Amino acid sequence: MSEALTARAPAPSELFLRFTQVALSGFGGVMPFARRMLVEERRWLSAEEFTDALSLCQVLPGPNIVNLAVCVGARYHGVRGALAAFAGLMTAPFFIVLTLGALYTQYGHLPAVSALFRGVSAAAAGLIVAMGLKMAASRRLRSAMALFAVVTFFGIALMRLPLVVLLFAVAPLSVAAAFWRAK
Amino acid sequence: MNEETLAQLALDFSVLSLIAVGGAVTVLPEMHRSVVEVHGWMSGAQFAELFALAQAAPGPNILVVSLVGWKVAGLSGAVVATAAMCGPSCVLTFAVSRIWLRFRGALWRSAVQDGLVPVTVGLLLAGGYLITLSADKSIVAFAITAATAAIVLTTRIHPLWLFAIAGLIGLAGWV
Repeated sequence: MSEALTARAPAPSELFLRFTQVALSGFGGVMPFARRMLVEERRWLSAEEFTDALSLCQVLPGPNIVNLAVCVGARYHGVRGALAAFAGLMTAPFFIVLTLGALYTQYGHLPAVSALFRGVSAAAAGLIVAMGLKMAASRRLRSAMALFAVVTFFGIALMRLPLVVLLFAVAPLSVAAAFWRAK
Repeated sequence: MNEETLAQLALDFSVLSLIAVGGAVTVLPEMHRSVVEVHGWMSGAQFAELFALAQAAPGPNILVVSLVGWKVAGLSGAVVATAAMCGPSCVLTFAVSRIWLRFRGALWRSAVQDGLVPVTVGLLLAGGYLITLSADKSIVAFAITAATAAIVLTTRIHPLWLFAIAGLIGLAGWV
């Protein structure tokens, strides 16, 4: 870690607050807000460092945004920083979503509410389909590599294979193919 | 029964945490399998509703896990499921973040990144497919799903607006 970075290292309490802010401004996806806060507003990371950290968080298992908070927090204050950033990201949304859940249990049986939710659930499903297609388009998924996406879809959606089984079978082949193509 | 359930939640979600390649949404099919098919904790429609609820709330997508835990075993269930889903992957991230920067530009690093993309795409589409089947019980519902996907792909309209419109269509009694 360079001197310049240490000099403007945010305190754990600031990490907590900023990540709370990020979490609360994001509906259906927090990452763009995290980027704006980290790169443009606070300048805790350069654009390049952000891309680098994001690539790590996408490779590792687990929610990308949670991983990113851990990365950024750890960079400044080790375990303490990681915990502060993580807690900031999760605490407020956790209680909000549980409140919504409680309200839904209370009123979900009302015909109007369940009718409303049939509509919202259908839209939420469409959002995921779009996420998959968007990623396929933006990373120019073609040819042999697209085959791995098809096999994954077939195995999980239609054959209902356990994810562990499929990951062990497909991911190494896919990574090997990417390695071979890059050479 | 409750402690057993909590232990089961902790176990299932820590495993999910470590295989959630590409983020929380990619393990939806597996979560669905465990919660609906293996343990029978809720119906597919209830699972789809919890997912919609989490999407309509601010914060990370992963909060669907908190709701699932809460539905299964109340507040302690929510805490256990969330901690189990985040804990293992956070520890791993913490450990690896220290060495990742050193391998910038390494061939294996970009191969791992590129190789996981098709798997993530396949998992997202499988999740979308399964959630659609769980959520949609009418032609209109399928039309809403398709229209939402198309609009999100082609415009920059905030998804929350689409949720609101879809909710109104539901309220009108057409779904």
